[in-house]
Amino acid sequence: MVKNISNLGDAAVYCDFGSEVNEAINASVIDYFHHISKLIKDKKIEGITNLTPSYNKLIISFDLTITNYKKIKNFIEGLTINRDIKNKNQKIKIPVCCDDEYGLDFLRLTEKLIIDKDKILELYFSKEYFCYMTGFIAGMPFLGDLNENIRCDRLETPRLKMPKGSVGITEQFANIYTFESPGGWNIIGNTPKKIFDDKNLDQPALVNPGDKVSFYQITKEDYLNWNE
Amino acid sequence: MNKAYFEILRGGVNTTIQDKGRNHLYHVGIAVSGAIDQRNFTLSNRLVENQLNEPVVEFAYQGPLLKLKNGKINFAISGDIFFKIIRKNLEVEDGECYKSYILDEEDQIDIISTKNSTYGYLAVNGGFDLKKTWGSYSINTKANIGPNDGKKYSLNDKIFIKKSDTKNIIKRKINYIYSPDNIIRIIKGTNFHYFSKDAIDKFFNEDFLITNLVDRMGMRLKGPKLENIVSTNIKSEGLVRGVIQVPADGNPIIMLSDHGTVGGYPKIGVVITADLDFAGQLTPGTKIKFKEVSLEEAQNIFKAYTEDTNNYLNEYN
Repeated sequence: MVKNISNLGDAAVYCDFGSEVNEAINASVIDYFHHISKLIKDKKIEGITNLTPSYNKLIISFDLTITNYKKIKNFIEGLTINRDIKNKNQKIKIPVCCDDEYGLDFLRLTEKLIIDKDKILELYFSKEYFCYMTGFIAGMPFLGDLNENIRCDRLETPRLKMPKGSVGITEQFANIYTFESPGGWNIIGNTPKKIFDDKNLDQPALVNPGDKVSFYQITKEDYLNWNE
Repeated sequence: MNKAYFEILRGGVNTTIQDKGRNHLYHVGIAVSGAIDQRNFTLSNRLVENQLNEPVVEFAYQGPLLKLKNGKINFAISGDIFFKIIRKNLEVEDGECYKSYILDEEDQIDIISTKNSTYGYLAVNGGFDLKKTWGSYSINTKANIGPNDGKKYSLNDKIFIKKSDTKNIIKRKINYIYSPDNIIRIIKGTNFHYFSKDAIDKFFNEDFLITNLVDRMGMRLKGPKLENIVSTNIKSEGLVRGVIQVPADGNPIIMLSDHGTVGGYPKIGVVITADLDFAGQLTPGTKIKFKEVSLEEAQNIFKAYTEDTNNYLNEYN
């Protein structure tokens, strides 16, 4: 449930669902996101230009020429979120090559975590992850939660260019760099799979909030011969 | 008949196609994009009698050098721009902004530079012949979305033009007055209370310098270090245009049209919508001050801003 609603500037509403990060709170954010998305599609509410769900917040942007903060706030407060409309969350499997030329930060990770590479991989690949949100760059999924023994801070100095496809970890989260981009996550491998497809107009992002993701390891040969 | 097009003889610093922007994609990580200066974008279309959301060429600092092929067009440039028209016979005319011109085959437009601003807009009557992606023609160079494979234009690229009417055009001019006062008005951000009293005093009273780190994603400022007394990181959450984030180094960053859709730095404030156009136009080296307004004031200022824009749009000369 939304705990507090406030304004983010003059053209956005900030819905706060709490300060913790967990699946229950995030599921509530995603329920609101799907519910409002449908109302926008069905033209039951006008002026909303964007919805941005994250771990425990939902930001609703609107066009100030059409509506205003008070109207959107009243609209949100009047919503009854029907939990029966379950969106069809997917289970997705993503291949990762963890050879040292792709896993850029194993040296740092083994030093910081004081466990060896094989153990990191074992702990990483043995879990199924939940997608809390996508964003920052197009289609980048924010997944969690990592095993407690492989949680590590961001790089002290972020890389200016993370290679496209890089699979990263930081704190309790995992992600995938869908484009070459600056970034500060610890890189353990690279996926040849297309995570963002701008030709797929209906659903460009492979992973969407609420989806479950598991990773599996592939060889360099598989990586280089990957064909979709 | 072959279609008219601009042949690009010089790409310029950052030449793209922009319109009002691309909505309903923040949740997958795609920014709104769109013209940084929405008012000047709109005015450029008005000058050539287009629909106001017709895509136009946006350029920054040094603009492109364009040669017209296969046709005759009516165009106008808005902004604070130094440009010349080089006719086929090599006669050179000084260009005037907010005024429509006829361009003949083999004539060139040389957009030499912006003056006290960063962005300018070139609109052509009838519009450009481009493909829409997710409801918008805007080029997002970050995610390579939009025309020209989502990349900025460079040498030898072509921009095709739909049929341009040059017969029934009334030459139009708008008397646009651009008078920035270097005060950016903001509404308190959702993490305003993360900053010390001293930081807040400094934020509203001291000068901030626009650094060289400015692009369509954002604008890094430098000023007195803004002391954070709670946490220099928050759990990543959504951003919107105009959000002012303050990372651990204490220097504010203003989010512009191509910003990352989520961010993990505390938000000290949000630039009001009415000030986004001129804030985005500020050039490196400029000093600005922040001023707080209430939500209600911001809404009234936006009404006045819209009326102003409409007055310009209704001007016929």
